[in-house]
This record gives sequence, C-alpha cells and structure tokens, in this order.
Amino acid sequence: MRGKVSITGVGHTTWGKHPGRDRVALIVEAAAKAIADAGLEKDEIDAVLVKQPNSAPGILYGQKVAEALGLRPTIGLNLDQGGAACTSLLQYGSLAIEAGMIKNALIVYGDTPRTGSRAALHRPRGDDAIMGWYSVAAGYAMIHQAYQQRYSSAPEEFGIFAVQMRANGAENPNAHLRSPLTMDEYLAGGKLIDPLRKDDFCLVSDGAAAIVIGATADARDRSRAVPLLGMGQGQESWEVHLRPDILRTKAEDSANMAFKMAGIDRKDLSFAQIYDCFTVTVLQTLEDYGLAPRGTAGKKALAEGIGLDGWLPLNTSGGLLSESGTPGLQLIIEGVRQMRGEATLQVKDPRFGLITNQGGTMHTHATIIVGQPS
Amino acid sequence: MSFPVPEITDVNRPYWDGLAAGELRYQHCKCCGNNWLPAREHCPQCLSADREWRPSSGKGTILSWVVYRHAYAPHLADRLPYDVTAVELDEGARLLTNIVNGDEGRKLSVGARVELCIENEEGVSLPRFKLTDPK
Ligand SMILES: [Zn+2]
Repeated sequence: MRGKVSITGVGHTTWGKHPGRDRVALIVEAAAKAIADAGLEKDEIDAVLVKQPNSAPGILYGQKVAEALGLRPTIGLNLDQGGAACTSLLQYGSLAIEAGMIKNALIVYGDTPRTGSRAALHRPRGDDAIMGWYSVAAGYAMIHQAYQQRYSSAPEEFGIFAVQMRANGAENPNAHLRSPLTMDEYLAGGKLIDPLRKDDFCLVSDGAAAIVIGATADARDRSRAVPLLGMGQGQESWEVHLRPDILRTKAEDSANMAFKMAGIDRKDLSFAQIYDCFTVTVLQTLEDYGLAPRGTAGKKALAEGIGLDGWLPLNTSGGLLSESGTPGLQLIIEGVRQMRGEATLQVKDPRFGLITNQGGTMHTHATIIVGQPS
Repeated sequence: MSFPVPEITDVNRPYWDGLAAGELRYQHCKCCGNNWLPAREHCPQCLSADREWRPSSGKGTILSWVVYRHAYAPHLADRLPYDVTAVELDEGARLLTNIVNGDEGRKLSVGARVELCIENEEGVSLPRFKLTDPK
C-alpha cells in the first residue's frame, strides 16, 4: 500500500462567508479546481466520496453531489464520521484504487454553517440535555478541564497553540481569520463554557474543499503527486464521560498504524497538520501520538516552539483556528502544498508530513502520513 | 415544559420512576456483573440482555466538569452560570449531573466526593448531587 496511491489534485473555495450560496454549488466549485489541478478530465473521476454536511445531514446526499457534478461514479459514499470523515474517505478511496475497482477518487466537503445554521454546534445532547448538557464545545470543555486538573497545566499551555495558529493564519492570504493573537489577548478572552476561552474555539466557516487521489504510477504530473505512505484509524465510540479514561482516545492506535505502515519514526516528521477544533485537541493528539509525553505538549510547545523553526512545525496555514473552521480537508491540502514546496510558510525540504483528522468529541480519528513526490 | 424531557420508553422508565421515588437506579448485568448508565437493552460489555435495575448508594466521585456562561437554549438563561459535572457512582455507573453546592464550579475538583440530592423541577425529578465536604 505504501506510496502506491497519491494525492494528485487539491482545490478549495474561499473561506469565510458565502451568504446565499448552496453548499453543493460550493462543492462543485472546489471539485472543479481539484480535478483541474490533478490534470484530469471530469469523466475520469470514478468515485465521489462526500463528508456529510453538519448543517443539513441528508439521505442519499452523495448522489445529490454526484448529480451536480454530472457524474455516475462507480463508488459513491456519504460518510457520517464527523471531522475524521474526509481522511477516512481518502483511505477508503485509496483501498478501492489499490484493489483495482476505480482509478481516481474525488473526496469533497462543503457547508455553510457561518451564514446558515449552527444548530448542529449548539444542539442538545441526547437525554442529558435535561441537565443542561448542550453544544459540541461542552464535551471539549470537559476534556480540557480534566487535562488541566490532572497535569496542573497553566492556561498558556493551551494558549500557545491558538497564538501560533493565528500567527500562521495571518501569513496565509486565504485564511478566514488573519488577525494575530497575543498570549495576553488569549488569556483575557471571554468564556462561554469554563474552562474554554474564546480563542480555544475554532472558527465557524463557510466553504468547500476537494482532493483527488489516484495511483501514483498513473499521475499526470509525478512531480506534484504527493504519495500516501501511511494511514490509520481509531474510533473511540464512547461519549466523553463514559470513556475509561477521559484523557485517552483511540487516536493512539490510529497513529501507531500509520507510522508502522509508513515505516518511519516520530522524529522523522518534518511537520504536522493536527486537527485543532479546540486547543485541547492538539495537546491530546500530540500526546496520544507519542509526539510528547503525557501532560507535556503545551510545555514543550512553549519551550521549543511550533513555528517553522520550532520542535515540530504545526498547522502551517493556520488550521481550524485560523485558516478555516471547515472539518479537515484544509489540513490535507496544506500537507500537499508543503510536500510540493508551494506553501506560504514553507518548511524547508520536508521529507514526511503528518495529517490528523478527528470528529465528534474525539469520538473518531483518522491519520495519514504523506511523503515527497517522486 | 420549558426544558427537553427524555422520551420515556420501556427501557428507561425504571430510571425515571426510581428518581420520582427518591432513588437513583443503575443497570446491572446478571451475566458478567457490569454496572452502567444510561439505560440500554443489552450489557455493552458482554451483550447479554439478562439485566436488572439496582438502587445506587447515591455516592460517587467527580470525574470532570464544565461551567456554562452562555445559554445554548432560551430556558437555560435563568440558570446561568451552571455546571454540568461527570460523576462516577461507587457502583461504577456514570452520569452527567449538576452539583447544587459547587459555587459556580469554584468548589469542584476531580475526585471530590458527592452524594445524591434529587431535585424536582417542573414535575420532573432530576438526579443532582451535592459535595459531601464543601470546602
Ligand atoms: Zn454483561
């Protein structure tokens, strides 16, 4: 499997607000860019793999997207896995390519929660809503609280991730939020749900993104085809408070699988694009991945840096905290830009890049490791 | 009713009936001994349907908590700020609750001991807790 499938094309709409735009139209816009970037004709796409939109989950949504694209794909899928879905779809698509069932898969996501409905983010959470348990953020607040209690963490250990992502986003001309953030501003941020501060939350953005994958050997331009070296998944399943340990998830297994498949060590990474829906997600992921000992990710980031010259350059285009709050594909696209040498904040001669996606409240997780074009 | 009431089913009715009768009940697996909440038809450990409801001692410990300063629904505005706290009962089952004497979260800590303190709100008996030893 290693290296046989590559990401051959990427594309996205602008991030931010698209009032009045239809989410499927945004997907078509992003998909056309990705297909052109791959050097393919539309009809060469034989799989359309869609992440379910949070704002408007629908029945047979994948078919609706395929129709708008004017495609009758061999494989179609609309996946409900929250923020891990796009990376998981990429994995399922690459398996189908490797099995010889298809040649080129299109993975797409688009939504308009910024100008449309945010009800999915604020929703009552099952029967526990009677106790006041509402919103996606609350689950992350529960984990953030457990983390800072167990490790006696200072708020700066979370803040450093928001500050760095915002600094990266400020350098990204396409970022939704381009204003940098100081640590003092982070610490002074208001609270919606303790212990989360305002800037622990990622953005809520309209927009769409798309990637195309295909066999590396068939890529139209091998010098821009970014090979998939490793992949992994791990589904935590349990609600936050029912997990054996609130501060452990199956992300650990996802990482172990991906590093093993790629045949590299943690220290070989040139950068990481880590799903940063909330700052605590980054600390938790770095620790689940064995990139920092338990309870130390923030301390390590403060001491050694996470910018281009730091310990591990993170979310170099701003991540969910600054580039776009859309769930996941922007991280893959930035990983591709880095490996092609086309990033705005370019890591020097990257060898291996890590991309993580996760969804729910750390319920779902998927990992890929990408390498250099050949 | 101004807050969302769970749909009462044959599976969860004993839970809500128990609270109305002044006790907190959890489910026990007669096959493997697992104890759990919320109500299910099958033990999530061994998948047996041979289960029973048991009364909890009502004592437990805090796992983590949050404090809302924003009302995500109109009926919650009057409660602000309020906590939602994860508690593990001494019998092992876990639930989300509110701590009535937590001083807006300031007195809460992981591992703190709590005990059941059922409160009636708009005709529904809710499984709230109080700190056993509020400092
Ligand atoms: Zn059992």
